[in-house]
Amino acid sequence: MRWLNQFAMKLHMLFARNRAGARLDDELRFHLDRQTEENVAAGMGREEARAAALRSFGNPALLREQTRAAWSWNSLEALFRDLRLSFRTLRRTPGFTLVSVAVIALCIGASTSLFTIVRSVLLRPLPFRDPSQLVMIYEHFRAPELNQPNYNFNPVAPADFYDWRSQTNGFGDMAAWRYAQFNLTGERGELPEVIIARGATYNLFSLLGVQPAYGRSFTQDEDRPGESVVMLTWSLFERRFSGDPSIVGRSIHLDGQPYTVVGVLPKNFTYPDSTVQVWVPFAAAGIPPEVLRHHDFHFSRVVARLRPGVSLANAIAQVDALQYRIHMQYLNAPVAEDAVSRSITEDLAQDVRKPLLLLMGAVGCMLLIGCLNVANLLIARSAVRQKEVAIRGALGARRWTLIREQLMESLLISLAGGVLGVALSFSATKWLAHAWKELPSAQSIHVDGMVLAFACALVLAVALLSGLLPAISSTAKSVFATLQTTARTTSAGLGRTTLRKALLVVEISVTVVLLIAAGLLLKSFVRLRATDVGADTRGVLTLYYSLPVEKYSTQEKINAFNEALLARLRALPGVRAAALGSVFPGAGYGGDDIFLVREHPPIPPGTLLPDAMNRIADPGYFQALGIPLLRGRFFTSDDRGAQGEKIIISHLLAQKYFPGEDPIGRHLHVPAWDVPGQPETNFEIVGEVGDTLWQVGQPDTATMYTPALAELPKVNGFALAVRTASDPLAISVPVQKQIAALDPELPVSDVLTLDQVIGQSLASADLSATLVLAFAILSLVLASVGLYGVLSFLASQRTVEIGVRIALGAQRDQVLRLMLLDGLRPALFGLVLGLGAAAAAVRLIRSMLYETQPVDPAVFAAVAAVLLLVAGLACLAPAWRAARLDPMQALRTE
Amino acid sequence: MGKPSDLVQGTLDLLILKTLTLDAMHGWAIAKRIQQLSGEVLQVQQGSLYPALHRLEQQGWIKARWAESETGRQAKFYALTAAGRKQLETESANWSRLSAAINLIVSEA
Repeated sequence: MRWLNQFAMKLHMLFARNRAGARLDDELRFHLDRQTEENVAAGMGREEARAAALRSFGNPALLREQTRAAWSWNSLEALFRDLRLSFRTLRRTPGFTLVSVAVIALCIGASTSLFTIVRSVLLRPLPFRDPSQLVMIYEHFRAPELNQPNYNFNPVAPADFYDWRSQTNGFGDMAAWRYAQFNLTGERGELPEVIIARGATYNLFSLLGVQPAYGRSFTQDEDRPGESVVMLTWSLFERRFSGDPSIVGRSIHLDGQPYTVVGVLPKNFTYPDSTVQVWVPFAAAGIPPEVLRHHDFHFSRVVARLRPGVSLANAIAQVDALQYRIHMQYLNAPVAEDAVSRSITEDLAQDVRKPLLLLMGAVGCMLLIGCLNVANLLIARSAVRQKEVAIRGALGARRWTLIREQLMESLLISLAGGVLGVALSFSATKWLAHAWKELPSAQSIHVDGMVLAFACALVLAVALLSGLLPAISSTAKSVFATLQTTARTTSAGLGRTTLRKALLVVEISVTVVLLIAAGLLLKSFVRLRATDVGADTRGVLTLYYSLPVEKYSTQEKINAFNEALLARLRALPGVRAAALGSVFPGAGYGGDDIFLVREHPPIPPGTLLPDAMNRIADPGYFQALGIPLLRGRFFTSDDRGAQGEKIIISHLLAQKYFPGEDPIGRHLHVPAWDVPGQPETNFEIVGEVGDTLWQVGQPDTATMYTPALAELPKVNGFALAVRTASDPLAISVPVQKQIAALDPELPVSDVLTLDQVIGQSLASADLSATLVLAFAILSLVLASVGLYGVLSFLASQRTVEIGVRIALGAQRDQVLRLMLLDGLRPALFGLVLGLGAAAAAVRLIRSMLYETQPVDPAVFAAVAAVLLLVAGLACLAPAWRAARLDPMQALRTE
Repeated sequence: MGKPSDLVQGTLDLLILKTLTLDAMHGWAIAKRIQQLSGEVLQVQQGSLYPALHRLEQQGWIKARWAESETGRQAKFYALTAAGRKQLETESANWSRLSAAINLIVSEA
């Protein structure tokens, strides 16, 4: 019964609050009147009686508050009151409200976007069974020159993988996948296309815990040479086969051969990235069977699942020991000594982890600056309301009540900012996920509950950070002190000013750190852009095609196609030159092989074998790309067939392996190019050409070129470059028409200018530099607005003081200097602090810089200059106004 | 600016409940009665009664009703509920136990 009464009471208090308030007033008044009457009856005068009644009663206003506090819903009521009050104050200053909401929206939006990406890429588990139990295993070479930061995870040779899997038992299971590429031709005259594929060992999908959406995955019997089965990824299934499940069991044509579709992978399976269109068995399609027996062809990625109860360290130690035994068996081949591992998530995120964390840090700094700025503005407002706060304190308002009220204001601002910011982050995230090509796409990037929770937490943090400091500082002073100082103000209260300047110092120093990071990234990006790849990349169109082995079974057929194509292209109007190769400068790695110099003494076992990148080149290659000849000659069209056992080396190769020696006429033997069962082939060095970079930002690598028309090494994927007099993209359609005229079933891929290809490889550096710069500039704007605001406020507070100074004979320029210095002092402090902090912080981004020292004097100096300039400008206006002050006017302002 | 500390928190509740056992009363009368009954020893700041009264009302131990007072003006009269009577018993028992215990210690020493 009692709870029912209590409930009824609660309802009553909720809905009849105003009436209850009026009744309480009646009740208290009745008490006071009765007491007064009694006192009068005891013989006091009317006034005296009332005063005595009040004395014995206590502070009615306070008691009313305390009584109301006993009612239910009191905190709710207080909340509504604070909300109403804050709304009203915010509405009275729309400028302040808009600016702070915009600042917070921007900061929260940027933070939420980045957090969304960080969460998707680095934090959220992959859509596999127990993804935390999955690791990637790599080979690891001990040679120090191979231990560059990006190289100590080396792809695994297939034979190593087979040995690991059969001879160790520390892992639950191991699977491997490799890259592959096919020409997909249509059954009913659809356009041919080049599709990216992966070869997977039969157990990969069961190891990952992925069930096909339709059909089944590969069987053990299908994972061997000669089998022709294929699994489709969801994107190809939808795009090319209109999502019709009856495709399972039918066949599709890859490189002109029929492959039976055994299954379709589910929609959420985009591992290792979304470019993959089909999966074939690891050992079956597009790979010569003998390659599987090699310990020195490093092209597989190995995924392993931990065995319950066996630690990763133990499991990997077994593999490691086995790998060392394999290494000892093949001392004359590049077989790694060790095995290393990393988690599958880390493996996918490796390229973007650093930039992501950097951007997250930059956004965090910006958020901090935004909060400090709003805090600064709030302090300025609270200074104006100082008297009001003091009077309310004197009337009995508790400090917490006053703080809560001011916090409510910052909470409203950050709530509004947060809602706007999250809305903003939806599109920002979409844009970023689209613009940032290197983001792994095994996870879809989207806003989820966790992200929204993060945004809410951010809103609260922003509200507390920007509201608590001003609220505490404005209520900290004793009532008397405030009422005294505000009686007649000649200069601002010192405490508040110090706090604001301290906030400014922090704001400016964080800005300096951001500016310096941005400056360094920008400089490094400019360096990257300005890098000479060693070839003339302007006005060159490139594309790739691959001649299927079945149709182009002999070297003569391949040469016939290539030569006919080159002849047709060179005859096209507007074409200056055409070149045939495998990879062009700046466009990628393309593989390397070890070699031996026949004329040199044998290399002692266990030392690092000579190694060079290998590429093919037709006779016109070097001239078309503007790579200079240093010694000997280029290839000629006679370098083919048996006459094609020639090689051209790069300058670096000559320097490294033929120091003080003329390499021309020497012979190289490349074991990997030998045809099994035939005598070893020696390649005669006929020329030495200038060095080219395989990728901008990567070190020079020794390179060897073989004739494109030669029998060995066996190649059937080609890269075509066409140099034009005008816009190279304009010629892309005519070029493709020439190819289609020769072979209508041959698809081409990656039709881009060479500059575009190189630009793509810099896109990530470009993006992070641009974004950090944007954040830094925003922070600079925020900080200078803060500086301007504080100084304007100080100047207005000191109006009377300055008036007195001028009246007493201070010169205008003295006043100007005084005010300028007052504003610039926090800027200088902040600058010095920021430079110091930056010098320490930039070490973290050292690995992201290219040919730029972390502590780069030019960048540091430029940032200091920019900051001082902007700070000076921000201070100048208020200082100028102060110096122009009319003393008569100023002295009358009070 | 704290809450009334003249009386131990909870003791005031007990006094109010006890005062209301005889009759329904309004706030001023309760204050008077407590003063009289205690032989003017307990000087309750009169106003501090009201937060306590409202709290007890919210708890459901007393109920209130507006009625004409002895002077003819409307006043809020508080009366004990059944639950309040039970609460009074518990609290008085507690109080007796506590004061007896304190007495014991004080007189021993």
